[in-house]
Amino acid sequence: MLILTCPYCGVQAEETELHPGGEAHLKRVGPDGDDAEFEGYLFARKNPKGVHFERWRHAYGCGKWFLAARDTATLQVFGTYSAQTPHPPAEIVSAIQASRPDWQPDWT
Amino acid sequence: MTYTPPFRLAHGGRLIDRAFQVPFRFDGRHLRGVQGDTLASAMLANGQIMLGRSFKYHRPRGPLASGAEEPNALFGLGQGGRFEPNQRATTTALVPGMVLSSQNCWPSLDADIGAVNNWLSPMFPAGFYYKTFMQPRPFWKHVFEPIIRRSAGLGRAPKDRDPDMYEQAYGFADVVVIGGGIAGLTAAREAAEHGERVIVLEQNPVWGGRSPVDHRDGEAAIDALLADLRGRGNVTLRRNCMATGLYDHGYLLAREALADHDPDQGIPRQRLWRIRAGRIVTATGALERPLSFACNDVPGVMLASAVRDFISDYGVAPGQKIVVVTNNDDAYRTALTASDAGLDVVAIIDARVDVSGELPQAARARNIPILLGTGIAKVKGSRHVEGVALCDQSGDGTVSGGLDCDIVAMSGGWSPVVHLWSHCGGKLLWDEGRAMFRPDPERPPLGADGRGNVLAVGAANGDLRCAGDLERPEGATMPVWVMPRNAPYKLRSKMWLDFQNDVKVSDVELAAREGYASVEHTKRYTTLGMATDQGKVSNINGLAVLSKALDQPIPATGTTTFRPPYTPLTLATIAADARGEAFQPLRKTAMHGWHEKHGASWEPVGHWRRPYSYPRAGEDRHDAVNREIMAVRGGVGTLDASTLGKIIVKGPDAGRLMDMLYTNMMSNLAIGKCRYGLMCSENGFLMDDGVVARLSEDTWLCHTTTGGADRIHGHMEDWLQCEWWDWQVYTADLTEQYAQIAVAGPRARDLLERLPGSIDLSAGAFPFMTWKEGDIAGIPARIYRISFSGELSYEIAVPASRGLELWEKLHEVGSDLDITPYGTEAMHVMRAEKGFIMIGDETDGTIIPQDLGLNWAISKKKADYIGKRAQARGHMTDRSRWQLVGLESLDGRVLPDGAYAVDEGRNSNGQRKTQGRVTSSYHSPTLSRPIAMGLVRHGPDRMGQVLEFPLPSGEVMKARICDPVFFDKEGSRLNG
Repeated sequence: MLILTCPYCGVQAEETELHPGGEAHLKRVGPDGDDAEFEGYLFARKNPKGVHFERWRHAYGCGKWFLAARDTATLQVFGTYSAQTPHPPAEIVSAIQASRPDWQPDWT
Repeated sequence: MTYTPPFRLAHGGRLIDRAFQVPFRFDGRHLRGVQGDTLASAMLANGQIMLGRSFKYHRPRGPLASGAEEPNALFGLGQGGRFEPNQRATTTALVPGMVLSSQNCWPSLDADIGAVNNWLSPMFPAGFYYKTFMQPRPFWKHVFEPIIRRSAGLGRAPKDRDPDMYEQAYGFADVVVIGGGIAGLTAAREAAEHGERVIVLEQNPVWGGRSPVDHRDGEAAIDALLADLRGRGNVTLRRNCMATGLYDHGYLLAREALADHDPDQGIPRQRLWRIRAGRIVTATGALERPLSFACNDVPGVMLASAVRDFISDYGVAPGQKIVVVTNNDDAYRTALTASDAGLDVVAIIDARVDVSGELPQAARARNIPILLGTGIAKVKGSRHVEGVALCDQSGDGTVSGGLDCDIVAMSGGWSPVVHLWSHCGGKLLWDEGRAMFRPDPERPPLGADGRGNVLAVGAANGDLRCAGDLERPEGATMPVWVMPRNAPYKLRSKMWLDFQNDVKVSDVELAAREGYASVEHTKRYTTLGMATDQGKVSNINGLAVLSKALDQPIPATGTTTFRPPYTPLTLATIAADARGEAFQPLRKTAMHGWHEKHGASWEPVGHWRRPYSYPRAGEDRHDAVNREIMAVRGGVGTLDASTLGKIIVKGPDAGRLMDMLYTNMMSNLAIGKCRYGLMCSENGFLMDDGVVARLSEDTWLCHTTTGGADRIHGHMEDWLQCEWWDWQVYTADLTEQYAQIAVAGPRARDLLERLPGSIDLSAGAFPFMTWKEGDIAGIPARIYRISFSGELSYEIAVPASRGLELWEKLHEVGSDLDITPYGTEAMHVMRAEKGFIMIGDETDGTIIPQDLGLNWAISKKKADYIGKRAQARGHMTDRSRWQLVGLESLDGRVLPDGAYAVDEGRNSNGQRKTQGRVTSSYHSPTLSRPIAMGLVRHGPDRMGQVLEFPLPSGEVMKARICDPVFFDKEGSRLNG
């Protein structure tokens, strides 16, 4: 039973208050996308053992969606942050690297 | 050798009070225990050492242990709704009037027919079922499986409703200490001294763990610690409280027994604690391991610690002549305790050759014979220990002598209780010197901050000295996994590892020979450790035997996964108050009470209850449906439509969002108008439908299905917050703010015009698919001229608080029009007569709007909407997708809902190919014949063709493909 801090209302929310939404930072592919791009967007999800970025909704709280950076194996939480960002912010990256020095962002 | 009284000693027994006798019944016999007894000690005190039968071979079994690890002594307990199977005799306190029944035997414990399995045991090795019942195949279903099912399962499931109360509670602490022995209480005091909030959980009714039994000053030390802790405001002590599982981020479950098996107390029977802890200390102690010698399961062979517990704690002598067999010093305590109690300690059989610790010296000083380098070749006796045959531990079991005895107290060393540590990811290391797996301090379970949040202390951490006497250093334990070391097959096939599931040394060796190299596979093949005790005493011995058979070191074999709960939890405790009406909240509309009063037959829809129909005297609910439909079609009816979702979408960019949410264009909907809309998921499938009304320049109101309101609101917020977060839009779910009443039928306008109001309801002023605001019968209202029934229809939304008032007024002024309340089923039939789709009937999560002939509701002009790209995929544009048609039954019977239309040929499984299925099917009272809709390959191009629907009976029903609109195709009624 995870605990994640909602970055909007500040509540330390237990997993039962939250609704999971899968991988974060997906880039939507619309009608112009070709089949391969669209397949990647709709179906191909990362499933790493280790650092992962996820969508969560504070469903039984303030109702806001937020993002969490988390280690799927150790359950360490590196931080939660606004859903209105295309990439994890710098403070999340440094929180990850503080305990995973070899970890590098895969976005540019 | 016979088992002779006295069984209850004249003195001793720190937990019992001989002055208070406790009557109970066992298999119909009236017996007596004393206050403080467990079921096991009470049974032993009555001379009853055979307490049950093993699961597979039905061998007689007595208690092996004295605590939660007990695999044998399980009873059915209680009667009626309070009956519970598999209750552990060693941990269940005796309560006056208790009724115990033995398990896994018939007709009785003493004369059990199933014991024939014991004589046939050479025929039932590991994997017996997998090997034997393969051929001929039909035999499995009709012969083997019914027989196996009858003999499967341990104990009977209770049949009646549990009358007891259960409750749940939440706890929060900086530190939770699990285990109230010397190590746990010491850790609790340390944390408390630092000002931390501490909760201590102890599984037993008494504090202290092993210390009071194993240490001369143990009880005094425990009392001093308890006195200190009780004086602190920041410490909570809970006994009878079993921590059953440790989960992520310091979450743990514990079951507190409040009034177990004692319903007269009038308080909840058990309480489930859901505790969030900053840190957790596991002080869970260690469990003694059995030794694997032939016939180590005969009643009277017990763990050495259990023998001294029964003597010290309960003043019970399990027997009069005791043989101790061991590979460590600790078991000598049992010899000393028994000797102190006046029992005859025949000998101590020690597998080690060099024994010089203080405990053995104390035994020598009392002239107790000690046989070194010796093992037990075999236990004599079947229903009770009669003696032991001795042999050289390093030899092949050649008998070197014998001893008469009635108890064998065995100790194969101790295993730390690492279950909770392991539940949430803590890793173990193999401690070769002490022959045990213990928590690896370098790899603890982690908290949210990535740091270890569990600490193991005391015996749970492998420090076995702490409960005992630190001044008396103990000699080293010698690993003994098989006794004697070179025992032949004949002996190994009588050495029990898992006592409850009857798994022997030879079974694990067989699994290894047959290629089961993984301990997890061996576990499932042999069922080692899969019984209700989860292999607490068998696992380490089992994997040591497997390691030897595979010729690899024990850590290379590893352990099986430790999973919660540590001891079984009853389902009632997990459910607690969440049963019956409190299982989930019930949503009620403003008119709920009226429906109830007027005999509504309810249908659950989401968390709502909606009237299915309103049967009158002499009607069943289907008669009522037909009457309601005819009343609406012929006059006027009212439907409580309050449960439909009502979501406001508002803001400068609301139109833009609406165009993305719906497949059709919504931004150009004129203010005052309504439009039917479809909503798809990003993978193109139809997820919801409903009428949208444009309320103002920047405001749209979206109606959703009853079950869809929460989900659709969440869907809108998801896109708004996570994708188009720069768009200026708010959404609000107003479902419960409005009561909504559909007034439908050719007399609907006549009825509404009888009520005073500000809205012109005439066809000219208020056409179909528009809405108006004003008041009606003195109530502020918004009226939508929309229709799901196909009739002239007004849906009137009023503040929820005034819904009942309007409903009652309508029925008051419409009584001479035979105004009829109608339910969901009448609504369903009427919409099917009109060929309107229903989410969940015509759709199932794999249907796109194009399948349903809804192309007219998909905008060709819009560049994008959610699901548009997905609907352009090859599979979605495939012309051979099944499409919506009507179906006319040829013989006048209603087609079964969900029936499949078969096609020529067979698929690779030999089944008939299919070409369509029925999605909705009803008797239409309007048309006096059955109607149906279905999805059929190339359906719209095949009007008039006949399809065949085989029924489960083998009969075939036929239906003709037709237009799905069965009634008023031109729509003159709803436009009227």
